[in-house]
Amino acid sequence: MTESDYAFFCGWLKDRTAIHLESGKQYLVETRLSPLVKQYQLGSVELLIAKLRTGGDSVLQTRVIEALVTNETSFFRDHNPFEALRKQAIPELMEARKTERRLSVWCAAASTGQEPYSLAILLRENFPQLMSWKVKILATDISREVLNKARSGVYSQLEINRGMPAVLMLKYFTQHGNQWHLNDDIRGMVDFSELNLAGSWPAMERFDLVMIRNVMIYFELETKKRILSRIGALLSPHGYLVLGGAETTYNIDDSYRRVEIHKTGFYQRR
Amino acid sequence: MRVLIIDDSRSVRLIVGGYLRDEGMQTVEAADGQAGLEQLRHNPDVRLVLVDWNMPVMDGLSFIKAVRAEPAYRSLKIIMATSESEQSQVIRALDAGANEYLMKPFTKDVLIAKLHLLDVFEE
Ligand SMILES: C[S@@+](CC[C@H](N)C(=O)[O-])C[C@H]1O[C@@H](n2cnc3c(N)ncnc32)[C@H](O)[C@@H]1O
Ligand SMILES: [Mg+2]
Repeated sequence: MTESDYAFFCGWLKDRTAIHLESGKQYLVETRLSPLVKQYQLGSVELLIAKLRTGGDSVLQTRVIEALVTNETSFFRDHNPFEALRKQAIPELMEARKTERRLSVWCAAASTGQEPYSLAILLRENFPQLMSWKVKILATDISREVLNKARSGVYSQLEINRGMPAVLMLKYFTQHGNQWHLNDDIRGMVDFSELNLAGSWPAMERFDLVMIRNVMIYFELETKKRILSRIGALLSPHGYLVLGGAETTYNIDDSYRRVEIHKTGFYQRR
Repeated sequence: MRVLIIDDSRSVRLIVGGYLRDEGMQTVEAADGQAGLEQLRHNPDVRLVLVDWNMPVMDGLSFIKAVRAEPAYRSLKIIMATSESEQSQVIRALDAGANEYLMKPFTKDVLIAKLHLLDVFEE
């Protein structure tokens, strides 16, 4: 791929997703696009990029974006943040919300659903009182493909093996061949919809908890600033922000303060 | 922390042992359940056992039952690590006293995630 093709492609992707590709990642782009090149019988990555230069159809554009984003995720990813939620953050939020009896959560880069479903299971398992509350878990992602999979609630043996405790697997999933189907009860606790963090956001209610993990690492400073400030406006006064293990608000948005819970950094508005 | 790995496949013991030693754990091995019980007797500092299901002499399920019959091993954590993947088998293993269930094949990070679930890193 030529320098100019690569430069065009990086700009194209960033305009649509905010994802910032560093220089020298031609190889990554070529590897991820080559299945599409085959499928659309375009002959080469150069020709695919030429198609994007002239616009290309919207289906192709979507497929290119979906090929480029990293969707890696797992149930109860990193373990400690979920312990922090269970032991402290959720009880605190419930105390703050005990008169309204409503709790509202946003998973802002939900991928194939493991993160919002882990939270839903955690709530069902540890806070049965919430059954009589109004609990809303909104899970969004830029990729329709991952959202469709998330909605289905169907996971492979490899995926269920990754982080899901055996006891909870037996309790909340049913096996069909090699696949494990999440029970409707838990599936019904999560609403999925498409949302581009770099685009315009629909009107949303206030959230008590926002999980936006392992997505801002792909964005540039200015984009992170904009997103954190928009989340700040949506977070209720006692609300918590949860980031990925390698992410922080420090030096990006100092209106947040870090709260250390169970070996994990959570964030609240100052 | 010391971990006992019981599997009749030498290469499984080698690979899994490598994953655990990378994490700073010590390992001992056995090739069947009977030999596993011997190892437990000789290594009272073992805190965690990874045990295969299908093995000659004594299989993993019988091993778990034998261990759980001894009060001295009550706090020992056991992961059944097997290519058996039927829901009914997971139930049998947990009923017998396994703390976790790991379906083969698995990667290192999947194993580590299971260890986190058992809080073995707290010690
Ligand atoms: C690595 S996954 C993280 C999943 C989950 N939060 C976790 O930590 O396991 C990153 C997700 O962010 C999504 N993503 C990337 N750019 C996005 C954007 N601009 N808006 C919304 N989602 C985006 C990807 O589609 C992908 O599913
Ligand atoms: Mg075997």
